[in-house]
Amino acid sequence: MGLGVQPVGVVPAVTADTPAGAAPARPESTGGDRVIGHGGPARFLALQWLASPQPYLMLIGYALFLGSWYLSVEVLKLPRFAEMPGLTTVLREWVSTDPTYGLSIHTPIYYQHILVSLRRIAIAFVLATALGVPTGLLLGWSRRFRDYVFPIFEALRPIPILAWVPLAIIMFKGSETPVVFLTTLASFFATALNTMLGVRAIDRTHVLAAECLGASPWQVFRHVVVPAALPYIFTGLEISIGVAWFSLVAAEMVSGQFGLGYVINTSYTTVEYPNIVIGMLTLGVVGYATSAAVRLAGNRLMAWRKRDLALVGGG
Amino acid sequence: MTAPSPARGAICIRDAVKIHGTDSAGVAAVESCSFDVAAGEICMIVGPSGCGKTTLLNAIAGFHGLEGGSIHLDGRLLCGPGQPKAPIGPDRIVVFQNGALFPWKTNLENVAFGPIVQGRLGRKAALEKARGLMAEAGLRGCEDNYPGETSSGVRRRVEIVRALMNEPVVLLLDEPYRALDSLTKSVMHEALLDMYYRNRVTIIFITHDLEEAIFLGHRVVIMTSRPCRPKKLLEVDIPHPRDYAVVTSRRYRELVHETAEAVHEEALKAFDLGEREAAEGGRFAA
Repeated sequence: MGLGVQPVGVVPAVTADTPAGAAPARPESTGGDRVIGHGGPARFLALQWLASPQPYLMLIGYALFLGSWYLSVEVLKLPRFAEMPGLTTVLREWVSTDPTYGLSIHTPIYYQHILVSLRRIAIAFVLATALGVPTGLLLGWSRRFRDYVFPIFEALRPIPILAWVPLAIIMFKGSETPVVFLTTLASFFATALNTMLGVRAIDRTHVLAAECLGASPWQVFRHVVVPAALPYIFTGLEISIGVAWFSLVAAEMVSGQFGLGYVINTSYTTVEYPNIVIGMLTLGVVGYATSAAVRLAGNRLMAWRKRDLALVGGG
Repeated sequence: MTAPSPARGAICIRDAVKIHGTDSAGVAAVESCSFDVAAGEICMIVGPSGCGKTTLLNAIAGFHGLEGGSIHLDGRLLCGPGQPKAPIGPDRIVVFQNGALFPWKTNLENVAFGPIVQGRLGRKAALEKARGLMAEAGLRGCEDNYPGETSSGVRRRVEIVRALMNEPVVLLLDEPYRALDSLTKSVMHEALLDMYYRNRVTIIFITHDLEEAIFLGHRVVIMTSRPCRPKKLLEVDIPHPRDYAVVTSRRYRELVHETAEAVHEEALKAFDLGEREAAEGGRFAA
């Protein structure tokens, strides 16, 4: 069991970017011909997580952050934060059954804002994925397509999404379509670029091996190119969903009548400052949940990779 | 256990030339290289690193063409005048230096891959056959693991079984055991011979390990350092089937002695060449 002790230092590093109790390194699987079960019992993993320093460090981190907010606004009353809503004010407002500014977890309008934002994210994310993955695959696989498209792609990509706002409003009527368009655009670039990099990074011997074994170009594409690029694609999707929230809020602040970005912006103009923070915190929670969902889907699709990584972590 | 000597798999290489880079600034990797490999023979190719052995192997596999000369397989032109590049196909399968199992497929799916994509077998039949071959090769129990979960020794065996699954005529092994430690290597050697005795295919095996070459091969072709061409042909007159006791035999040691000097000489040349090129700014890229 000497090995059982060794990976402790590894655990936080491995799981730092895969919270939600993702499998920490399995110390006993140090290669060899061992059979490793799919997933593993959830209870065991949860216990292992609780036994690692990770959850406690996380709690301390949160406590420090929220504590300094509380201290600087409500105890020390630093002049810089004179107008800033305090921690307790925000929390009280957030859970209040009769909120002063009309927004709390007990008001239907709160959920309506979340749903509207989520709906826009969902549409934009699906569109961006449906367009971005094939574009990225083509960019990576076809030299000619890359020669045509990539220069334009690279010229458009750095344009900040805010710069697109006026054009989006001119091009699309109504308040919904411009927001979805802007959100899709930003996500599309992240997904397409990562997918392309994934295809470009393919180990050429895998392609040669497949050809040797009699695979046609289409079979090589399907059985080698796509699965090999999948880790990159999912990294792209995780970035893409983050970027989607970013541009969604930007777009909602400019146009739209609902959504979390709209809440933050109008609360500012109507001087309902606690609502700004409620909107921000809600964005944090919902945004995190969507990224976690994407990551989870990725892990599901790439069981081989997760088990590879678990082995590396343990060995 | 009957292993009739195969009628297929004879390779004939004549005056092969392969130049890396452009014509004017090219470096000849292979030049006036001629030799034959008999059907069902294990032919070991030994030479210093970077001498062009892999280039020759890749030409047989069809990964690239030749600038001159020809390669025939059983009298059929693979590559030569009128045929710039051999078709890549499952009659000649390469087992790569660093391994090329698909990490996203289980070992069993990897083995079954060839017949499925070729449409020779249905998925179910292919998986069944793959399971049988893996069991024969002593790989029972790791069928449903991903390659990343198995040891490198097992991965190499799976890869060879994946190749044999297609009933190839020629197996092209490009230093497949290079990264293994010497103990694992000796196990691999016996496993390879065992598979060979059951499926007598022609094997062309590249290595820079002379002892490995003499232990496995019917014949050892010692190559010159770049440009690559046969310097010495060695018939290994130790009868097959062999097992690891061979390495303690007198004849084996004699053969190693006889050949070591030739190999060392080329290694020195290759080393000097490398030094010189490094001084010139490293024109030659692997």
